[in-house]
Amino acid sequence: MLEALRDPKLVWLFGGVVSLLVVSSIIGNVLRTRQKPGANHTTIDNLNARIRAWWKMCAIFAGSILVGRVGSLILFAVISFLAMREYMTLVPTRRGDHRTLFWSFFVIMPLQYYLIGIQWYGFFAIMIPVLAFVFVPTSIAISGDTEHFLERAAKIQFGIMVCAYCLSHAPALLLLKIPGFEGHDARLLLYLVIVDQMSDVLQYVWGKLIGRHKIAWRVSPNKTWEGFLGGVLSATALGTALWWATPFTPLESAGLSFTICILGFCGGLVMSAIKRDIGIKDFGVVIEGHGGILDRMDSLCFAAPIFFHLVRYYFVP
Amino acid sequence: MSDHIHPVANLLAAIARGISGVQVQWAGCEPDERQRVYFANHTSHLDFVVLWSALPSEIRAVTRPIAAKDYWEETPLRRYLAEKVFHAVPLERGSLGKAKNPEEAHFVGRHLIDDMASALGDRNSLILFPEGTRGTGEKIAPFRSGLYHLALRRPDVQLVPAYLENLNRILPKGEFLPVPMLSLLTFGKPIQVAPEEEKDAFLERAREAVSNLRRIGPA
Repeated sequence: MLEALRDPKLVWLFGGVVSLLVVSSIIGNVLRTRQKPGANHTTIDNLNARIRAWWKMCAIFAGSILVGRVGSLILFAVISFLAMREYMTLVPTRRGDHRTLFWSFFVIMPLQYYLIGIQWYGFFAIMIPVLAFVFVPTSIAISGDTEHFLERAAKIQFGIMVCAYCLSHAPALLLLKIPGFEGHDARLLLYLVIVDQMSDVLQYVWGKLIGRHKIAWRVSPNKTWEGFLGGVLSATALGTALWWATPFTPLESAGLSFTICILGFCGGLVMSAIKRDIGIKDFGVVIEGHGGILDRMDSLCFAAPIFFHLVRYYFVP
Repeated sequence: MSDHIHPVANLLAAIARGISGVQVQWAGCEPDERQRVYFANHTSHLDFVVLWSALPSEIRAVTRPIAAKDYWEETPLRRYLAEKVFHAVPLERGSLGKAKNPEEAHFVGRHLIDDMASALGDRNSLILFPEGTRGTGEKIAPFRSGLYHLALRRPDVQLVPAYLENLNRILPKGEFLPVPMLSLLTFGKPIQVAPEEEKDAFLERAREAVSNLRRIGPA
């Protein structure tokens, strides 16, 4: 435990995150005190609520990384659990899905994280896309209720894929044995999360500052071309600048950051489309100002597995 | 009954809250120590514990559930939970239907109301599921008449409607393993029997008071 503190580069990464939080808290406070009385404060109040939530999330995240691999695994297992809880609550399931859902929460999802824990890569990679894919429709069929059968099976499988399978690829980065990078894998996880989340934040900031042209206003009215380009480019620049903490060269780091940012955007867009389909704005109300856990993690859902496989393909011999 | 809350009751309340991730909304009244009858829709074994756990602890200590005698006295574990842990008020469900003639039915009915009224005493509150049994969650079954007679007997007690949402998906009838989805509990505005209101009209109004608190709608 706390071995991570002996890694100066990791400490630098954390230091950077904390300074960023301090700066944004100061900006948030200045904006709050400067605003005209009686004006509409929702944007600034929302901003400050988000910054407060960021402090808490970073504290939890840092704490679990410092505990080590097990800490990160448990943290992401809890995130998966909460995300799946929000998802399954809002997706229409029927009485006949009860046992399938029980298995999804208490067997499939924990098993996925257990497989990372015992470093069984082969099983980890196929358990949900192959075994759960067979199990879910079969167990729903055994329940005997065939009403909307395909819809129910598809929606549950999609939920397990997004909330358990995709998200679990973030802590699975700790499995990768990159030559010359042994023992520093926590940095890789932190790199992914920082670039991914900063891309979200910077898209929000650029969108608020200069956003004019909507990208897909039917799906997500807040996403603009200016926000998207500004956010992706500045987060890619940030990711490139963090190359020293990774096994990548600056150019590789730029390419991977750019990929993370684009996929983060795709994840957010797809989750927004699902929310439109169900007819809600946020998946939950657990994190103040952010909607639910799934709303915060939507950008990581697609970025994590693809980042994982890119790194595994190009950097693990 | 004393104000003491059984430790197992608090433990079960904490577990139920964890499993159901319940969010509580006081939409028509505030938590209050005055005597009340909370009445709600019934779809799950978790209903009572979730509703009970949503009350502040000083109110919890004086709030007792009405429990169907036939079910809750069937096994030693159920009896222990009902009697010792939650101080439930046992009620002979369906005994009215078994009565052979109107006089007997009248007598039995009176007896049931006596039991509930004495359980209220001068400081307790009750939790009642007037449907009499657990439903599927799609719609609320017609209310049984106990609520009406109790309201006439004790006009001083507030009748608070409550709607428990999504618990039928967390632990439906016939399952013993829960699925930890999120749920909502909404307390509504207290109602009372209007002067000269007929029994059936009141019961239907009470049922609507509960179903109007529904927010998401049937899945």
